[in-house]
Amino acid sequence: MEENTKNINCAEEKIKKEINEILEKYTQTKDNLITILNEVQVKYGYIPKVAQIEISNYLNIALAEIYGVITFYSRFTLVPKGKYNVSVCLGTACFVKGSREILERAKAKLGIEEGQTTQDGKFSLDTTRCVGACGLAPVFTINDEVYGKATVKKIDEVLDMYMAKE
Amino acid sequence: MGKTIEDIDNIRKEKRKELDLRVNINSDSIEKHILVCQGTGCTSSKSPEILENFRRLIEEKNIENVRVIKTGCFGLCSKGPIVIIRPEDTFYSMVKPEDCEEIINTHILGGKIVERLLCKELNGAVVNRLDELPFYKKQMRIALKNCGVINPEDIDEYIAFDGFKALEKVITTMSQDEVIEEISKSGLRGRGGAGFPTGKKWSFVKAENSEQKYVICNADEGDPGAFMDRSILEGDPHSVIEAMAIAGYAIGASKGFIYVRAEYPIAVKRLQIAIEQEREYGLLGKNIFGTDFSFEVEIKLGAGAFVCGEETALIESIEGKRGQPRVKPPYPAKYGLWYKPTLINNVETYANITRIILNGADWYSSIGTETSKGTKVFALGGNVNNVGLVEVPMGTTLREIIYDIGGGIPNGREFKAAQTGGPSGGCIPKEHLDTKIDYESLAQIGSMMGSGGLIVMDDTKCMVNIAKFYLDFTVSESCGKCTPCRIGTKRMLEILERMCDGNGTEEDLYKLEKLAFNIKRSAICGLGQTAPNPVISTMKYFREEYRQHVTAYECKSMECKALAKIKIDEEKCRGCDICKKVCPVGAITGEPGKVHTIDQSKCIKCRSCMQKCPFKAIGC
Repeated sequence: MEENTKNINCAEEKIKKEINEILEKYTQTKDNLITILNEVQVKYGYIPKVAQIEISNYLNIALAEIYGVITFYSRFTLVPKGKYNVSVCLGTACFVKGSREILERAKAKLGIEEGQTTQDGKFSLDTTRCVGACGLAPVFTINDEVYGKATVKKIDEVLDMYMAKE
Repeated sequence: MGKTIEDIDNIRKEKRKELDLRVNINSDSIEKHILVCQGTGCTSSKSPEILENFRRLIEEKNIENVRVIKTGCFGLCSKGPIVIIRPEDTFYSMVKPEDCEEIINTHILGGKIVERLLCKELNGAVVNRLDELPFYKKQMRIALKNCGVINPEDIDEYIAFDGFKALEKVITTMSQDEVIEEISKSGLRGRGGAGFPTGKKWSFVKAENSEQKYVICNADEGDPGAFMDRSILEGDPHSVIEAMAIAGYAIGASKGFIYVRAEYPIAVKRLQIAIEQEREYGLLGKNIFGTDFSFEVEIKLGAGAFVCGEETALIESIEGKRGQPRVKPPYPAKYGLWYKPTLINNVETYANITRIILNGADWYSSIGTETSKGTKVFALGGNVNNVGLVEVPMGTTLREIIYDIGGGIPNGREFKAAQTGGPSGGCIPKEHLDTKIDYESLAQIGSMMGSGGLIVMDDTKCMVNIAKFYLDFTVSESCGKCTPCRIGTKRMLEILERMCDGNGTEEDLYKLEKLAFNIKRSAICGLGQTAPNPVISTMKYFREEYRQHVTAYECKSMECKALAKIKIDEEKCRGCDICKKVCPVGAITGEPGKVHTIDQSKCIKCRSCMQKCPFKAIGC
């Protein structure tokens, strides 16, 4: 138990240090909040609580307000995303070409609902509204990789490939 | 030290000569340029690898006078990745990384065209050149002029094609009022959706007395299915920044912000490169061209909120807050960013500015219709053969866009509806296909221009389901500030869900309509006021379909699975047993040689039996 607490404290200290390195790049004005949050989200895959506290101190914004901003924008999350974040596009162009079925398949295959992460932390599932690759509709993405002209068979194959990976 | 007007002029002359082959098919240049699209669409299908392969091959084989250039989007995204060889303008489509060697050997070294990679028309005819494709014939490129022609990461190439000539003309020869007058006379209207006259907007901000004013570029393209702003930023970022500087000069602002979606990493990167290059050349910063005029631009990233496309919500977001719209008036022209007078225009609007300044307002206003001048870029998508970006003069008909440019509906299906304006727009049925598109005509038939998404739907689409899709979108994107939008749209969605699940009543139709009109009247921002449009327009044109959902509990297109009934025609069925074998859930029973039946309680409406039946006996 004691060992655990120590580990957590260690991890927190590390994040704290890294966050402060990020913060130093910005002036202490409120309009930098979203830019900073974007950077933290990209780095950790979510916005850890210690990061929120550090940002709150640095920009002199109440923690509640920061929480309000994080929950307002769909790009920010409070829980870690999976190692592989699967995101199915539900933009109009993809929708009329059957992206719902792709999403259903991904849900069934991963055994999670949208917005959730698998227990082993390997996969998370999201939906997105248009990645702008409408010429390839329907589209899904895994991390930064875009898979176009998707079919149920294709998402099956791609997910199998990722499942076989580390 | 910044460059002088003479320096820029020299770069232009020299570079223009070098790049003549990009636009002149008869160029006597000894060089050849291999243009590889690096827009988001083509990048998603391995075009960076293609670019690398070409570069490697040219180095390995020691080929001289051939350059490989990365460009922005050519527009015909469904045929990507696209490679074009200039000056001969050969158009290769669906190129794979392994095709590069053949193109180099056969085309570049052998002088022969690689026939199998050419684009085929629907009738099978092979097309050699880009400008021979029916997709491009009816288009007129003003905002997209440089997209697919220049390397967006090289400022010299932009300068070669008249880049910064407009800025130079404006700040050295025109007064602020003259600039605004020119824009007003051109008849340009906001391309973000509402269509407010751009010149008028500029004059409002100019009229305000304030030490600090701001120019904002709205690049928060949230409308799902629209990607023209992204393509302009990816293919021609300098044209937008130059236009912002022109606007800054006209209204008296020295600072600009570009608010761009973080979901567009390529666009963000190209903007960053463009800004850095302009700073280096002194085209951004203090005393541009040695005059008193100074202008700076900063990028602000969005974080995934559709409502931030609304101008006051966007301003709140730049300030680092939740993107909730402010009550208007006062408009941003009076109290905008940090409560200073602020001009906010859309990417595509800015992309027209330099052309208007250089070619004149009279030229621009000669294009288009009585009330809507110039061209509009549409993102053509959905059930249409040629998916991509098209720029056409205002007043072009939907039929021309969908059939002549878009190549019609695939798989032999029929046209059912076209959706314009995204979640704020409406569905346009067949009888209005010949409407000449402009701001007014679209509003008249219950839709709107919006940012220019144009989604085509074939006859397999259920309009109730489409309305539900859009409502689902607005419900999840509603910012929650005002009750009509926060709660009203949710109630509308619930009614639509009931209908699609087979639990709707006729009274629901009435309730839905009443709610729709009430929300339209009472929501505080554009998003809420237009959110009911997809429902209102589909109820207007496809009322019978709604009625079928609530009276006969039937969905003819079978998209609403709870309502779909797949039946076997007793007269046509020969009892061949094929359907029984393909049914994945064992819902079909019947002796061989006798009429088969489907157990509706087991059927999952997968349509496998319909597709396999050799006698076309299964339908709905």
